[in-house]
Amino acid sequence: MDKMNMVQAINMALRQEMARDDDVVVLGEDVGRDGGVFRVTDGLIEEFGPDRVIDTPLSELGIVGSAVGMAVYGLRPVVEIQFMAFIYEAIEQVYSHATRMRTRSRGRFGCPIVIRTPYGLGIKGPELHSDSAEAIFCHMPGIKVVVPSTPYNAKGLLASAIRDPDPVVFMEPARLYRAIKTAVPEDEYSIDLGRAEVFQEGKDMTVIAWGSMLHAAVEAADGFDAEVIDLMTLKPFDEETILASVRKTGRVVIVHEATKYCGLGAEIAAFLAEEAIMHLNGPILRVTAPDGVVPMAMLEDLYMPTSKRIRKAYEEVMRY
Amino acid sequence: MTERVLHTFESRFLQIVDESGNADDESLMHSISDDLIKKAFESIVMARTFNGRALNLQREGRIGTYASLYGQEASQIGSALAIEKDDWVVPSFREMGVYLTLGYPIWLLLRYWAGDERGMKVPEGLNILPVCVPVGSQIPHATGVAWAMKLKGHNTAAVCYFGDGGSSRGDFHEALNMAGVFKLPAVFICQNNQWAISVPRKRQTAAETISQRAFSYGFDGIQVDGNDVFAVYKATRDALEKARRGEGPTLIECFTYRLDDHTTADDASRYRSAEEVEEWKKKEPLIRLRLLMEKRGLWTQGYEDDVTEKARVLVDEAIIKAEEYPPPEPRDIILYTNAEPTPRQLKELDRLGWTR
Repeated sequence: MDKMNMVQAINMALRQEMARDDDVVVLGEDVGRDGGVFRVTDGLIEEFGPDRVIDTPLSELGIVGSAVGMAVYGLRPVVEIQFMAFIYEAIEQVYSHATRMRTRSRGRFGCPIVIRTPYGLGIKGPELHSDSAEAIFCHMPGIKVVVPSTPYNAKGLLASAIRDPDPVVFMEPARLYRAIKTAVPEDEYSIDLGRAEVFQEGKDMTVIAWGSMLHAAVEAADGFDAEVIDLMTLKPFDEETILASVRKTGRVVIVHEATKYCGLGAEIAAFLAEEAIMHLNGPILRVTAPDGVVPMAMLEDLYMPTSKRIRKAYEEVMRY
Repeated sequence: MTERVLHTFESRFLQIVDESGNADDESLMHSISDDLIKKAFESIVMARTFNGRALNLQREGRIGTYASLYGQEASQIGSALAIEKDDWVVPSFREMGVYLTLGYPIWLLLRYWAGDERGMKVPEGLNILPVCVPVGSQIPHATGVAWAMKLKGHNTAAVCYFGDGGSSRGDFHEALNMAGVFKLPAVFICQNNQWAISVPRKRQTAAETISQRAFSYGFDGIQVDGNDVFAVYKATRDALEKARRGEGPTLIECFTYRLDDHTTADDASRYRSAEEVEEWKKKEPLIRLRLLMEKRGLWTQGYEDDVTEKARVLVDEAIIKAEEYPPPEPRDIILYTNAEPTPRQLKELDRLGWTR
């Protein structure tokens, strides 16, 4: 089994899903001839042609809006938004249409769209190239939000996202695209959406993270008996796996790249307060970005939750 | 230094039947059969009957806020009569005349306006999307439907409805731009009814016509007399045939007028004069159609009374059916969100005591 990076794994998932289902089309800016600015769609246009791998005008609203129409008509569009912050123009198409079409038509029309987009810090990009906007989408009824943390789960999760009958936002941690390699089977496989994975078992605390923060959380756990959960699907998140772990450990740290205020950590913490407060030894701690706008390259490292900051939270939670 | 004219463009206008019911250019009427004329008349009467009853039902508190189509019947019915069964329609919220002409069950429309989403569970075999409320945001959906048709090799087209207000949105630009680039089988119908609630048409664009904006997207636009049902019909049919030939999209601007308030929650007297409305009333679609038919021996008072009575009976029956229909289940709030409910949604159903 070959080891590959996340770019290659996602590329393989796209190729296999396009081969498996003629209704799958890929569209976005620079996804065709250029293979995407991160080369995630490299080679697809040669294999599937320009009708199914579509270089669109620079038009995020138009891309997502026409994907809604395509999906309603029976295609399975996989949209690439070049950087996550560029989707803000198209949020109406997601929030007012893609997520509501099934409800609005009482099931006559579904909207099976996948929106793939790189997110997050660590690539030293210009302004608005490093946002983590998961909470905006997690708040929307009728959508799934998925974040892979390894090449292996990127391939399996994307296959499930493309086969899902409802819209899925698939956030790809840009920093991890080429940073790690894992064994990725050539054969098709899928990983169920809505399931978290216990990435590392432990007894003293439950650490919940996803995407690139998973690796920071694991690194920080050196010397602690921490159970680290890779959430993978942020909406709907796997309540059972989290609860089982928290009942065992009694301590919780949540790590995410987005800001704290109404971040997904708040929802997870509130959920645990409702469902497991009697199992908690102390407060649920969150390690997040500070409450400020995502900075450009020079301050980026201070904004990102580092393993050093995460370790501090582990030390603090162990006092209870 | 060289300076030269790169392009000039033509801005066309089509009218077949004038306000006095005369079709000066008879050649334009050749493809319009007597049956079609009668169908147009009957469909307009149906739409107007439905509309009048809906306004009354709103006043009586039996349905919610409603957007009247009065004055725009020719734009809606003329275009709808040109649409084939396998074409797809992407409407906004005022297109009840289109829904009715395509054969949408009347009682379902009434359920919708009474606040029941089941009214927009579009029956199988009818290819029209549910009502779209955010103005103009449906235009890209038509581009996508047309794109899917093209990719699947279907010899069909997507027809999109929006208004003069919607044409100012970015959605209009992005959707028409993409449809032009990919030569998609789409027909964009702008019902320019002169008012976006209180904002007049001249505040939407400095362009003299909305139809000429198609020129900048690389395809044809035409303005038609939106109160002339046959001008709208011909322009739509031509655009659909062109789309099916693979020759790309068309923008049709139906120059018409909203004779009623924006919705039942609006008071148009705050922003436009009674004289303006009276002037447009003289141009409304049914007057000229009646005159045309009379000249052709197709209209008598008895015929109109019959048609009106038939429409009234159909709407009455639909009102009874709509009002006897049981209310939606509470669980519907949750169960149509996703194809499969999430574990948390199922727990919520139980907690709320709503049956699954």
